[in-house]
Amino acid sequence: MSQFAINIMFVGASFLIYILIAVWAKAGSTKDFYVAGGGVHPVTNGMAIGADWMSAASFISMAGIIAAGGYASSAYLMGWTGGYVLLAMLLAPYLRKFGKFTVPEFIGDRFYSKNARLVAVLCLIIASLTYVIGQMAGAGVAFSRFLEVDATTGLIIAAVVIFIYSVLGGMKGITYTQVAQYCVLILAYTIPAVFISLQLTGNPIPAVGLFSTHIDSGMPILDKLNQIITDVGFREYSADVDSHLNMVLFTLTLMIGTAGLPHVIIRFFTVPKVADARWSAGWALVFIALLYLTAPAVASMARLNLMTTIYPDGTAAQPIQYDERPNWIKEWEVTGLIEFTDKNDDGRIQLYNDDSSEEGQAFQAEAESRGWEGNELEVNRDILVLANPEIANLPGWVIGLIAAGGLAAALSTAAGLLLAISSAISHDLIKRSINPAITEKGELLAARISMAVAIVVATYLGANPPGFAAQVVALAFGIAAASLFPALMMGIFSKRINNKGAVAGMLCGLIFTLSYIFVYKGWFFIPGTANLADTAENWVLGISPLSIGSIGAIVNFAVAFAVSNATEEPPVEIQELVESVRYPRGAGRAQDH
Amino acid sequence: MSGHSYDAEQYWKANLRLIFGSLIVWALCSYGFAILLRPALSGIAIGGTDLGFWFAQQGSILTFIALIFHYAWRMNRLDKKFGVDEE
Repeated sequence: MSQFAINIMFVGASFLIYILIAVWAKAGSTKDFYVAGGGVHPVTNGMAIGADWMSAASFISMAGIIAAGGYASSAYLMGWTGGYVLLAMLLAPYLRKFGKFTVPEFIGDRFYSKNARLVAVLCLIIASLTYVIGQMAGAGVAFSRFLEVDATTGLIIAAVVIFIYSVLGGMKGITYTQVAQYCVLILAYTIPAVFISLQLTGNPIPAVGLFSTHIDSGMPILDKLNQIITDVGFREYSADVDSHLNMVLFTLTLMIGTAGLPHVIIRFFTVPKVADARWSAGWALVFIALLYLTAPAVASMARLNLMTTIYPDGTAAQPIQYDERPNWIKEWEVTGLIEFTDKNDDGRIQLYNDDSSEEGQAFQAEAESRGWEGNELEVNRDILVLANPEIANLPGWVIGLIAAGGLAAALSTAAGLLLAISSAISHDLIKRSINPAITEKGELLAARISMAVAIVVATYLGANPPGFAAQVVALAFGIAAASLFPALMMGIFSKRINNKGAVAGMLCGLIFTLSYIFVYKGWFFIPGTANLADTAENWVLGISPLSIGSIGAIVNFAVAFAVSNATEEPPVEIQELVESVRYPRGAGRAQDH
Repeated sequence: MSGHSYDAEQYWKANLRLIFGSLIVWALCSYGFAILLRPALSGIAIGGTDLGFWFAQQGSILTFIALIFHYAWRMNRLDKKFGVDEE
């Protein structure tokens, strides 16, 4: 059977499962549509959160980012997992006790303010839309690489599948497809990693292999990697970062951004009890960690594999002849994701650091003395995971599994985001702001229509990505960290924060964060409108625009406290509401409204 | 239950203490051992690298999992002790 047929089979079979689940889990009420009926088991929910959370970026790109950045990229690993500690202790149980359907709904009710609700809806839509565009584009890329259709056609196929199970089943359909998608994506991620770890270290657990001995050289893997990459002018893999402050703030921004992202929070509304919300967070992190502990192993092992492929006799000897390059390089050259230019016409692949960094400059003289005229191999970071089975010479079915896994990661996250967007529109805008008299049936229809419109918009933007789509980390995490997380936390932990304080805090946090990002990345990301070049020398105190969300959160807290203390106390019934979310008893009853 | 009883206040204080303690460990493993204290810990070798690197890429994640399960378990006991658990 050809590789193409195998890929079609794996992807087709996984899609069939998702659609069958959709038909089985059809939503009959708004409660089904928004919170899957509220009866999801915490372990099931943990698995669904795992799929909801791990996006095309986690699945495809994260290992590549770590491989390129080494220690410095650990901020992603800690940031995208540490947020669950905050969710479990600071938000999820109390929001579950509150027992409503959406994130803006809590903010609107707790701060008894239409404006607070609208600001929250706006933040939710910007953060989720930016995020979903990347998922749709990622699904398109996975299709075009593995199923030989162009990216736009692939995107439309993906959109149709999401349409079927999310419009039909809402959160109920999404929950159970996410469970299936988690299984597909985790198998696809770990199987090739286990084989690579076995080949390099003899240890079947990649996370343990990362700290084990490299069989070929007898050195620890990380030592070997440090040695081979510094030999050709790259920065040491485990090298420390230039600014500890920036790394701390970046990690913090990712953590509180994770905790404030609405599509993650609403998953905690689907469990029956407050205690289950706490357990769900733990299980979610267990399922997420299976991938997040494997990713750094994949990163360093794949980078080591690449280096030893190019320098089979060590870095002091000549690199390989272009004509003798392995098959997987040939296959990925076709996609343009690996590019070779023979700058010095010697027929060999020189892969080394020729950039303007300190290390690159220091290696310049040696490169010249060896007759090298620039780095000749450009490797796109995203192929590390996708090419893993080929690099490790694994059978064709593993490649089919990777195709299905990449798509599962993209689809599951996209569906969760689209639900967050559509429920904010049908519930917060239509039901709670514009037409409170709408019937249950009418709202369910409105929810389905909003979902359909959101899918069409996301598909269009996925095919024609606007400039801001590349700024997921800055925009989505920055906004969630600076506006949503502080508002939610203050709503639970303080009885004194009133409507004026919350709105002022959210707006100041949001405007401060966006302005700092725009100064370096262009106003509204329009090219050429940046006031300062986006380099470390220009950043205030060395804080990158990606790290500013945590400072925005502090601005939000400070403004909210100052304004609230200068104005009147919240009404008694609001103080009682805060009191009630703090105690688990009675959560089941609070749900219907 | 009445939200203002003495017991309810005690329950909330116990919860805050537990959260505070957990977040100290949370911050120590990630911002502490993995970033700010990494140079100070560089003498402790583990599998070809230093302890700070291990915390940055593995240790902190494992600690986070332990923290959440510990919190969930302790809170369940507190819920029962103060009679605010769900039936």
